[in-house]
Amino acid sequence: MEKSYIVKQISIFSENRPGRLAAIAGALRDAKINIFAFSIAEANGFGVVRALVDRPEDAHRTLTDLGFRVSFTDVIGVKMRDEPGGLSEVASVLGDAGINIEYAYAYSGRDGAVLILRVDQVEDAVRQILDRGGELLKASLFR
Amino acid sequence: MAPWNRQVEEMPPDELRRLQYRLAKALVQRVYETSEFYRRRMKEHGVRPDDIRSLADIGKLPFMYKRDLRDNYPDGLFCAPKEELVRYHVSSGTTGKPTVVGYTRHDIENWSESLARGFSSCGLGRGDVLQVSYGYGLFTGGLGVHYGAEKVGATVLPTSVGNTERQIELMQDLHTTAIACTPSYLLHLGEVAEKMGVSIRDDTDLRIGILGAEPWSEQMRSRIEDWLGIRAYDIYGTSELSGPMFTECSEQKGIHIWGDLALAEVVDPETGEVLPPGERGELVITILQKEAFPMIRYRVGDITVMDEEPCACGRTHPRIHRIQGRVDDMLIVRGINVFPSQVEHALLEIPEVGRHFQIVVDRKGALDAMLVRVEVSEEAFSDKITDLMMIRKMVEHRLRSSLNVGVDVELVEPGTLPRFEGKSKKVVDRRSL
Repeated sequence: MEKSYIVKQISIFSENRPGRLAAIAGALRDAKINIFAFSIAEANGFGVVRALVDRPEDAHRTLTDLGFRVSFTDVIGVKMRDEPGGLSEVASVLGDAGINIEYAYAYSGRDGAVLILRVDQVEDAVRQILDRGGELLKASLFR
Repeated sequence: MAPWNRQVEEMPPDELRRLQYRLAKALVQRVYETSEFYRRRMKEHGVRPDDIRSLADIGKLPFMYKRDLRDNYPDGLFCAPKEELVRYHVSSGTTGKPTVVGYTRHDIENWSESLARGFSSCGLGRGDVLQVSYGYGLFTGGLGVHYGAEKVGATVLPTSVGNTERQIELMQDLHTTAIACTPSYLLHLGEVAEKMGVSIRDDTDLRIGILGAEPWSEQMRSRIEDWLGIRAYDIYGTSELSGPMFTECSEQKGIHIWGDLALAEVVDPETGEVLPPGERGELVITILQKEAFPMIRYRVGDITVMDEEPCACGRTHPRIHRIQGRVDDMLIVRGINVFPSQVEHALLEIPEVGRHFQIVVDRKGALDAMLVRVEVSEEAFSDKITDLMMIRKMVEHRLRSSLNVGVDVELVEPGTLPRFEGKSKKVVDRRSL
């Protein structure tokens, strides 16, 4: 049950120099893959581009074929109220349950705001959020 | 300053050659009798000690290469009983195995004698304070220079490497008159001194630099001399020959190779043919009196020119010109020899990164900085930045411990590093001398 809410994020290793994001985004455009959300984490000299896309398997294959270092990471997408306190509600649920957030990013679209989370105990997190009446993105959205 | 050992240093050239012949013949006879390695090597080459009937016959002997040291690690080339050894030094090899060199008391004595002559010929002696800013320890630089300087009666200040501000304070407080270090370190020291408000030229007694362990140029010499107000002399040697061993004299026109201690040849690196004086080629050295670790016709890998013209200083021993490069892909980073094959070897044992790499050497200020670019392997790629940072730190640590020199590591995208052999792509050297 919990598994149906675990979403495959693609993570791409990228050198920190001009044109690398354009190369990744261009490859996804050419493969007609839609990006729902993404973030860039940076370190000295390199970074990791993380993205939720509509066809993660295709995106993985496309980018790997082009020579990129790509991996899948299990994340969850929690729907938030797009008003003051929305993030606080979700964060409190996880904090109270002792679940640590490794990283997070968010987007706000037509259907409201979504917080994408990588946590240390992903199935636990799903259960806690559902038990508290929270709503999660379904993995079936990403095929 | 007067020669340290006038009788030897001003020996007529003919007499010197006769002495070299006698020493070479005795050396060949001795290693043939005592060393399995030399006996086998000479037999394979079809040459016996009796075949050495003139100095030129040395050319009949096979060459030795760095790989012979690796193949006979740790002590297969030693020719003296273990209990006669008084010291080891260890330097990096071309791959995983280091190079071990051993010395008898007599070997240390000759090494010091060689440097005592050199230091005297640069005007360094009793009453001087020599700050030795070469590394002490397994590296030959610190201890080698130290013993030579004590022999000429100079006062040694064994600062070793690093802690530059303290070095400058001691230089002022103890009235250092000479420093032995790499030329790039002296430039760095000059810059740090200026930041501290100290002028080496005006606020210290420094007058001589004994500089080596890395390539440098006449332009660099002028820069150092003009800026710091000192005389800068080239010093030459490698651990296989003992360590730093030969220096320029006050004429600054080439490095005297003491003929009673070493026989220098310059050969065509391709054919091995001995080249006449004045022609550029690879330096080949035979250490004539070494007991523990003789080297016979060792291909040093350094490119130079032999000069047998009489020197204005009056010393009759031949000179070699400033080293002009390498025949192989060896790099010298902060005075430490680095072979790209060592990097390759170290990376093979780190599954988190691929085996492809690129070395970029540059100068940060006056000092060398070495960067190794590697690709993260598929298995090790994590989307957590902290994991990737740990991989980078780990690779830096592993490379540092196998190369004995600090390295920065950069993680790059797969497939972006050169795939083909060849120095031109694997090594990018942006330093200008």
